[in-house]
Amino acid sequence: MKKIGKTLLALSLAGMAFSAAQADDKVLHVYNWSDYIAEDTIAKFTAETGIKVVYDVYDSNEVLEAKLLAGKAGYDVVVPSNSFLAKQIKAGVYQPLDKSKLPNWKNLNPDLMKTLEISDPGNQYAIPYLWGTIGIGYNADKVKAALGDNAPVNSWDLVFKPENIAKLKGCGVSFLDSPTEILPAALHYLGYKSDSQDPKELKEAEALFLKVRPSITYFHSSKYIGDLANGNICVAIGYSGDIYQAKSRAEEAKNGVKVLYNIPKEGAGAFFDTVAIPKDAENPEGALKFINFLLKPDVIAEISNYVSYPNGNAAATELVDEAIRTDPGIYPTPEVMKQLYAFPDLPAKVQRAMTRSWTAIKSGK
Amino acid sequence: MSKLTNPLNDRGIVVVAAALVIIGAVTLLNLIGPAGTFWQALGLSINQICTLLVVLATVAAVYVGVALLFSRFSHLNPGRAAVVSGPFLWLFLFFLLPFFIVLKISFAEADVAIPPYTEIYSYAEQKLEIILNLGNYLFLTEDELYLAAYLGSLKMAAISTIVCLLIGYPMAYAMARAKKESQTTLLLLIMMPTWTAILIRVYAWMGILSNNGLLNGFLLDIGLIDTPLQILNTNLAVYIGVVYSYLPFMILPLFANLVKHDNSLLEAASDLGSSNLNNFWKITVPLSKNGIIAGSMLVFIPVVGEFVIPELLGGPETLMIGKVLWQEFFNNRDWPVASALAVVMLAILIVPIILFNRNQAKELEGKA
Repeated sequence: MKKIGKTLLALSLAGMAFSAAQADDKVLHVYNWSDYIAEDTIAKFTAETGIKVVYDVYDSNEVLEAKLLAGKAGYDVVVPSNSFLAKQIKAGVYQPLDKSKLPNWKNLNPDLMKTLEISDPGNQYAIPYLWGTIGIGYNADKVKAALGDNAPVNSWDLVFKPENIAKLKGCGVSFLDSPTEILPAALHYLGYKSDSQDPKELKEAEALFLKVRPSITYFHSSKYIGDLANGNICVAIGYSGDIYQAKSRAEEAKNGVKVLYNIPKEGAGAFFDTVAIPKDAENPEGALKFINFLLKPDVIAEISNYVSYPNGNAAATELVDEAIRTDPGIYPTPEVMKQLYAFPDLPAKVQRAMTRSWTAIKSGK
Repeated sequence: MSKLTNPLNDRGIVVVAAALVIIGAVTLLNLIGPAGTFWQALGLSINQICTLLVVLATVAAVYVGVALLFSRFSHLNPGRAAVVSGPFLWLFLFFLLPFFIVLKISFAEADVAIPPYTEIYSYAEQKLEIILNLGNYLFLTEDELYLAAYLGSLKMAAISTIVCLLIGYPMAYAMARAKKESQTTLLLLIMMPTWTAILIRVYAWMGILSNNGLLNGFLLDIGLIDTPLQILNTNLAVYIGVVYSYLPFMILPLFANLVKHDNSLLEAASDLGSSNLNNFWKITVPLSKNGIIAGSMLVFIPVVGEFVIPELLGGPETLMIGKVLWQEFFNNRDWPVASALAVVMLAILIVPIILFNRNQAKELEGKA
């Protein structure tokens, strides 16, 4: 017994010594949104650098954040949205980026970098990856059948006017399940600031939602892609790129479903997803190489082509397919750009009030 | 030394030694060989394996210690003490320890940090300070949402349990009455679906129940309905999913109980002029009481905390505690309130758990 114990001890000590010496810099753990990269990006990165990538995905900022805040999540590269980034930086989740190792930094769009300083002062911790809007995805034929030719498909009236959405109930309406990304739309529609923290105004937004609530089929942040593509629902308030994905899925399936996307004329929320390195990353060198790779114009342009989201890389725009570059639903016109609003980082109290409102809206209680 | 080796017979030592030699050899190969593919295939790094070994060694040491202490106090020989103290160690490691961690967080305050809550004790200048924040528990009473969610979960669990019992009892009864040869097959048929991952089975229900799904397609085809029935994303879909998923947990204990019944009791009752229905109510049902309680608890307790099925099949009106807990944890980043919710849920579940344990104890006594 004593001998076994000694062997065990020796074995584990030896193992520890070895593993400390053998830091694994040939493997990189990347945690990204689902369907948010081109098919061959990872393969090309591995071919260029010899670093093997373990790629994992999530479908909400909350899931990513919970893992990061628990500590030792085991990821080297993560892709938080800017509204979450600010608090995570405050909590000490990330390590500053060593810009000397990011020669492709120069390709970034300076205007966008300035916008991002709201969440990341001095652009110390993150680079912009892709961005997009939250607008109206719809099944052209079914909406026409329900509301006629003059259906307000380019306005929030479509879903916030009870008489309109009631007619869509039969074919199905979905909203993103995210209070902080959807309640601002209601606030904005009511004529308040989209980042209002006034409890009275929040209550009014809640009341607006409760009025249309009976006509909403479900709240979910990813399953509307499939449902819109195969005709299970006819209107989805969702992420622009996801709706374009539903469109191409319907085209591939040749099921006769015609999916379109509009940014509402009143204005819509825009989210910016950023790339950052957690403080406890095991392979920060590899992570920097990966980020520098993503900053290459041809690499990020291919990703934009594949996922239909615009990127934050000024040098890449001309490399993006013309069909995508000129689609106002993906690359909004300058006039529409002015109508877009970003999602701010909210104090815990407001966040809780929003979640509570959301529960009230969803359950009708 | 001799005392320690007592619980292990010669064969045991050989097995343990062989296992250690294999683990050691593979670890060494892993270190020498080119990027040890075996462990990597398992998703373990060398560091993790070593940590695992150290943890195992510690657990083994604690186990031996507990067993020795137990044998000193109970006058059992170390071998028996080791066997008896096994379950206690298991409970301590996998129930009590995690519970205390959750309990600790429930007394903390939310914070912007890693981890996102404050430490409940601090030690500085020879002063140990313990701060228990009861605010999280008081907060639960301030908003009727939490009560509504607990009640929603309890209602969901209660109705599902009753439906499982109504469906499961006849099935278990039929199985118990079937020929001995076919019983194994029937048991296998009940258990086989549970060999598939629950997520996949619930996803299959999404395909069946959706507006364009199998069920609506079939009903439309035969002309019974002309607009699709909205079943998916409603409470009805959750009930269907829960009853389907938990039915085996109802049937198995019922079957185990019913199969032991002595048929001569029924024959005697019939001889004395009792009807079959009367036999069933007066003899079979009372005798199967323990099976009914065991099956009901095995369904009720996990359904109260169920998250996956309502999340996938339920609609927005499905208000259950699992979902509210998720919101506190993920949307509000408020781990302490989420922990308080979990502790209260456990407190609510303790009554049925105690009931279940008592029933199990009775069952064992009955056997002895």
